[in-house]
Amino acid sequence: MNKVLLIIQREYLARVRKKSFIVMTFLVPGLILAMYGVMALLLINSDDLNRVRLVNVVDESGVFAGKLKDTKTIKFISSSGPVSNIKADLKKDAEEFLLFIPSDYTKPNGVEILSQKKPNFSVVSKIEEQMNDIANANSLVRAGIDTAKLHQVSTAKIAITSKQVTEKGVEDSSVGAAYGAAVAGAILIYISLFIYGSQVMRGVIEEKTNRIIEVVVSSVKPFQLMLGKIIGVGAVGLTQFLLWIALSTAITVVASNFLMKDKVNAQREQVMRQNQPIKVQTATPTAPPSPALDMYNSMKTINYGYILSWFIFYFLTGYMLYSALFAAVGSAVDSETETQQFMFPITLPLLFTYILSFSVLVNNPDSSLAFWLSVIPFTAPVAMMVRLPFSVPGWQLALSAFMMIAGFLFTTWVASRIYRVGILMYGKKTNFREISKWFFYKE
Amino acid sequence: MLSIRNIVKQYAGHQALNDVSLEVEKGQIFGLLGPNGAGKTSLIRIINQITAPDAGQILFNGEKLNQAHIEKIGYLPEERGLYKKMEIGEQIIYLARLKGLSREEARRRIKFWFEKLEMETWWNKKVEELSKGMQQKAQFVATVIHNPELLILDEPFSGFDPVNADLIKDEILELNQKGTTILFSTHRMESVEELCDSIALINKSRKILDGKMKDVRNSYRNNTFLIEYTGNKIDFTGDEPFELLDEIAADDAYTLKVQFKEGVTANEVLQYLIPQAQIHMLQEVIPSMHEIFIQKVNQIDGR
Repeated sequence: MNKVLLIIQREYLARVRKKSFIVMTFLVPGLILAMYGVMALLLINSDDLNRVRLVNVVDESGVFAGKLKDTKTIKFISSSGPVSNIKADLKKDAEEFLLFIPSDYTKPNGVEILSQKKPNFSVVSKIEEQMNDIANANSLVRAGIDTAKLHQVSTAKIAITSKQVTEKGVEDSSVGAAYGAAVAGAILIYISLFIYGSQVMRGVIEEKTNRIIEVVVSSVKPFQLMLGKIIGVGAVGLTQFLLWIALSTAITVVASNFLMKDKVNAQREQVMRQNQPIKVQTATPTAPPSPALDMYNSMKTINYGYILSWFIFYFLTGYMLYSALFAAVGSAVDSETETQQFMFPITLPLLFTYILSFSVLVNNPDSSLAFWLSVIPFTAPVAMMVRLPFSVPGWQLALSAFMMIAGFLFTTWVASRIYRVGILMYGKKTNFREISKWFFYKE
Repeated sequence: MLSIRNIVKQYAGHQALNDVSLEVEKGQIFGLLGPNGAGKTSLIRIINQITAPDAGQILFNGEKLNQAHIEKIGYLPEERGLYKKMEIGEQIIYLARLKGLSREEARRRIKFWFEKLEMETWWNKKVEELSKGMQQKAQFVATVIHNPELLILDEPFSGFDPVNADLIKDEILELNQKGTTILFSTHRMESVEELCDSIALINKSRKILDGKMKDVRNSYRNNTFLIEYTGNKIDFTGDEPFELLDEIAADDAYTLKVQFKEGVTANEVLQYLIPQAQIHMLQEVIPSMHEIFIQKVNQIDGR
């Protein structure tokens, strides 16, 4: 086991020290930075002016009535009519909103804002903030105001679930973000499985063509070498992802705090600091709302932690599954040009799912096709990344995870039997029949 | 120290080793000979536990061969190489650690060997920056770095220039004098005669000959002698005590290659020749390993 660690260490260090690794590590966060730059540009150039928006308030709780103050861009109107009537009216005017406050406004997703057009972020956050202030003041009163107690009182946090009223009815407006996350996840896992899988394959071919393989397998078992290489390269991939996440998060925080705050919207800062004690707002918002903020807002509706952890899981298991097969292919050939005939059939399921993911899967994430593709280990990494943002039943996730683990154990076993023979074969043109013979060789 | 008993190894549709048994004694330089494809490499891979035999067993110092013995064996394969992008020093440390050495111990021993072979300045060089001969030297150091009890060398001198080949040969002999047993596989007979104490000849997956080199060669003596004389050319009539195999005339000297008849001694031959010519030399022709090798292989092949 100690020897496997040594091999992992060598494989890992040899790759992490490469220039290409360092370049890639900074390239991706750089792209994210560029994305923020584009967003900021959009915000500055936004011609969505300070139009006054009418907000019809239906307050069943009675706490907020008359306490919501008009601002430069928002005018509140108390209405008492049935919600359905106002909904019908909304379709006539794009700039009119309906704010619905149920009697129990503290429960999550209780308060809703309805509109024909998607409500933009600045409107929502302004209302949110006012309501929080009122709700907090209310609970302070009920707590029997005491400045010492002020900080102990829990801060009410009301998040407004934005829903669009369209011809089809009420629709969750974060679907677009889910769609984006699904496609991004599929592309990312597809590419990374290929990149790191073929790194394993190239490593095996390198050892074979350098003729070092026989020196090494006289010290360790071929299986140990294969395992060490797979884990080593996988650790490189993981390191790369973690660095990307860390750097991107850092950039996002910095960009949010500086880039966006100064130029765009003072409200944003308030949102970022929701957990701080209540402050009376003194500055009046000045900046115009814009589609870029909408984008930012809907991006926030995705549960990144959840998707990211599953991404890591599917990357690791999918990587183990495919890289074992890639290692077997690498062992069977003498040069990279010969790999084509073996690579195609192996990667076909992945390619197939990848192509499907943009059309069929993302539009029908709960179809039985999507279900089966997300359970079969060869296709699951891509299929599951598509399905995850649309929420997947727990038992399906568990089944898929189990199948992934079983799948990679199986392919590793098969691959190691081919690998141990293949690495010692030189100058022989191989085909699938030959390789299947190797599988049945005794030790 | 190494006892190979009735090893059988079969690949799909091809018998690589058929009931091969060998005894390698401690401190020997043992030559494993055979034409290409005879099964030498298969046998060596089995000794190195890279592959396992289908039948038979191998004893190392009396114990059944197992994983613990890997650290006591040094192996220089015929197909050899190093990681091209890796620095020499680091690379040998890695290979030494795979053989169970600690990092510090590996570093210490590499220093020793690098000084000995005048390679001190190579430490931080990448393999691709070294010449082929330099790479071979580094490879040799990697093979012996863990002080193996048994050193297995598969065609060790291929790829070396004559100067480095001599250098490595001296190192091998020195290691042997310090007690390292050496098993060395080749089809180049001149190095065999120079180095080996014992040999085994493998052909077509079977062992066809083995024993101490002296005994093997002696057993192939067939009363053949070279005789050189000056004077008038002798006309042979057929009633001499020998058969004439060859006759070479050079200037005023003649060289004969003859095979003595049954029971005839060298003295009798001389007595027969002395009255007729001035004898300069009489020397027994002991067949070279090369001749034995060719003869034996052809004999088996039925040629």
